[in-house]
This record gives sequence, C-alpha cells and structure tokens, in this order.
Amino acid sequence: MKFISEYRDADGARRLVDVIRRQVTRPWSIMEVCGGQTHAIVRFGLDELLPHEVTLIHGPGCPVCVTPIEILDAAIAIASRPGVMFCSFGDMLRVPGSQQDLLQVKSEGGDVRIVYSPMDAVTLAHEHPDREVVFFAIGFETTAPANAMAVVQAARLDLKNFSVLVSHVLVPPALRAVLDAPNCRVQGFLAPGHVCAIMGTEEYRPIVEQYHVPIVVTGFEPLDILQGVAMTLRQLEEDRAEAEIQYSRAVRPEGNRLAIAQIREVFETVPRKWRGIGEIPGSGLGLCAPYARFDARTRFGVEQITVEEPKECIAGEVLQGHRLPCDCPAFGIRCTPERPLGAPMVSSEGSCAAYYRYRRHAGP
Amino acid sequence: MCLGIPGKVIDTFDRDGLPMGKVEFGGIVKETCLAYTPEARVGDYVIVHVGFAISRIDEAEAEEIFSYLQQIEAETTEPPPEEPNAATGDGGAT
Repeated sequence: MKFISEYRDADGARRLVDVIRRQVTRPWSIMEVCGGQTHAIVRFGLDELLPHEVTLIHGPGCPVCVTPIEILDAAIAIASRPGVMFCSFGDMLRVPGSQQDLLQVKSEGGDVRIVYSPMDAVTLAHEHPDREVVFFAIGFETTAPANAMAVVQAARLDLKNFSVLVSHVLVPPALRAVLDAPNCRVQGFLAPGHVCAIMGTEEYRPIVEQYHVPIVVTGFEPLDILQGVAMTLRQLEEDRAEAEIQYSRAVRPEGNRLAIAQIREVFETVPRKWRGIGEIPGSGLGLCAPYARFDARTRFGVEQITVEEPKECIAGEVLQGHRLPCDCPAFGIRCTPERPLGAPMVSSEGSCAAYYRYRRHAGP
Repeated sequence: MCLGIPGKVIDTFDRDGLPMGKVEFGGIVKETCLAYTPEARVGDYVIVHVGFAISRIDEAEAEEIFSYLQQIEAETTEPPPEEPNAATGDGGAT
C-alpha cells in the first residue's frame, strides 16, 4: 500500500542502521511513547538491529492500557443496565475490570456493541430513540476530535438518549510524569506521530527546554522509527535538545487547527488517574459545561466507584518503562491475552501483548 | 488506538452538513469524515483514524526520508583516503 510499503524497505532500514552505528559514541536510552511504535519495534525486531549502546524504552502511549480500573467498572455497571446500548472500540472489551470485563457483560445478554467510529454510536442513538446509547470515549489527542464531533453532532440532532463515558488522556503531562520519576532513565523521546498530527509540536517545546531532552515526532513504520532514532541520537551526541519532526508527511508544527478548535469547544482539561501510575494533574479531558448533559457518569450515577488494582500485575512499571513485560512472573503463565491480569496484555498496542505475540519464545 | 491508515480519497460528498469522502485502503473503501481536512481533494492521500481524516499527506515531504538518508550518509561516511601518488598513475584501482 502506498505510504506504507516504501517505509518497510529492508535496504533503507540497513542504511539507517549504518548511519546510527556511525553516529553513536556512548550509551543512550530513548523512549518511544506510542504503543503503535512499540508494536512496530517488536514486530520488525528494530531494537535488535540497533547497536548495543542504544536502548529503546517502551512508553505509556496506549490509552486502553492506562484507562483506570474505576472507569472500566463504571462502563461495566452502565453496560449491564437494561435499556442501555453500550458502544465501544473493540480493544476495550477484554480489558479486565475488578470483577469482569465488557465481553462477559455481552455474553450475559448485555447489549455491548463494537463500533469503528464514534459517529456510528450517534447513528445508533438516532435510529433507536427508545434506547440509552452510551459511547466509551477513550483515547489520546488523536481520538479527541472524533469523539468531540460525535458530541457536537448529538447536540445538533438534539439527541436525548446519547451520552459519553469520557476517559481521555493527554501525552505532554505523561512525558513530564516520566521525566519527574526519581529513577527515570529516558534521555530522549520519539513522540507519537498521530497525536502530533492533531496537536503539532508547540506544547512539547516547554518540555524540551525545561528538561533539556530531545523530542522527535516520529511515524510508525520501520524506516520512520529508525530515522526518528537517528535524529534523536544526533541531538544527544551534539548535546542539543529540540522538538523536531521526522513524520513530516503527516505532521505540521502547528498541528490541525480545525481539530484543535473542536477539542476546545467540547472538552476541558481535567486531572486524570492513569492505570498503574496514579493521578497526573491536567492529564485528561472531560466534557466542558455546555456539553455536560452528555456525561454518562452523572446520567447513570457512577461517579463514586473506587476499586483496587490487582496486586500481581506490574502494568504501572511496564507503562513507565521501568520493567519489561517478560520481567513479570505472571507473563504468559497467569496472564495471557485470553485471561489477562492487566490491560497491556489485551490492548492491540499494549507492550505485554507485543511481547506475548512476537517474543514469547525468545531466549534470554 | 492511535492507529492511522493512509488511504486515497476517491470521492467527496456532504452528509448532514459534514464534508465526507470515500477513502480507499488497498482495495477497501470506507466512508470517512473530512471535517478536519476540508482541503483534501479526490486523488489526495489522507491519514484516517476512527472514521476521520486527521491529516492530508504531503507528498513532497513523504520523499524527505530518502533525501535525508542520502544527505546523512554523505555527512557521516568517512571520505575515501586521498589517492596515493595520483601522479604515478596507479590511483583509482579499487
């Protein structure tokens, strides 16, 4: 496919790896933020091509993985009610809540539907005025404009039976949390390309300046990632810290102004708890007052749920790059995609799922 | 979750006041909302995420990675040793 195949060219990858080898003079640790990048790295074995001085640390960029267990329990409580049609991206259905997951709710007769787009949920609400249609609005900045449009469209159509369970998260506060951690090893970031296609690079500049850390907005194909690594290493070796764009075919420095305006119309910044990490100030989006009537939490009275996360799961440490999935004693034994302890094992972008799929049989 | 797939716009139309497009991904055609890329025309490539085009692909920038590679290879490759005794006429034999 155009704009995919040419960035998977083996010769180009070898040449980029040669460039990286010639550039590197000492050990460096670089975090790829997005789970999509983690999957490409593990799937194509990019980390194994790199010289031993370069360590890639897998970051927290998987919204399914960081959605807190309380919100899963709220989703399960809402989806279990009669008269509710609960719509979600497919990734969320197997993510364990404290007692069960959405797939179990569905198997017990709950009307849980997988949708491709949030607009599909709006259409369902329009077609089924007798049902309460709830959309599970999760995601990073990439997904926020789509979810915002669904709310605006529901308002335009004056739908009384549509609401959203919002658990949006934002990348820059998460990068600050990673950098502020006492045992942080990260010296540079491959920033998530599609988040920055929406938001641009402006909000990354203060992080670059404050922490003197290079941030290179990077795409998702093997050549993109290797070029992102080469650009980050060059900054590190030259003791520079700048926000650069590798993924320039899709990302402009100013981002997508129409999408940003739509996010600001519907959402406001709120504190958000990240699964396994804890609350990060200003790291989430919630509905702003003019759209508060679409908030499923208040509509169904599920604001007060608090639960403990499973003790054995080390998802929090994996998401912050402190440990690898295969460091977990439960990995592949008591935690598998069929019976997960934590979300990174089920999400299509979770680190644990990537290691289970591509590295399960690898030797030490 | 932030998966975005590049596809080619093969038709544009309007629905409920929203600019829409038919976008082809290697033979599969999906209806896609173009509200955030109203500049996209038939024949353009866009990155599609959950039914929305989030960016129009800049085709000139898409080639940038290959010129970067040539440029950085030229910069980081050691220049070939100077030809010894060019005057003797045995230079150039490699």
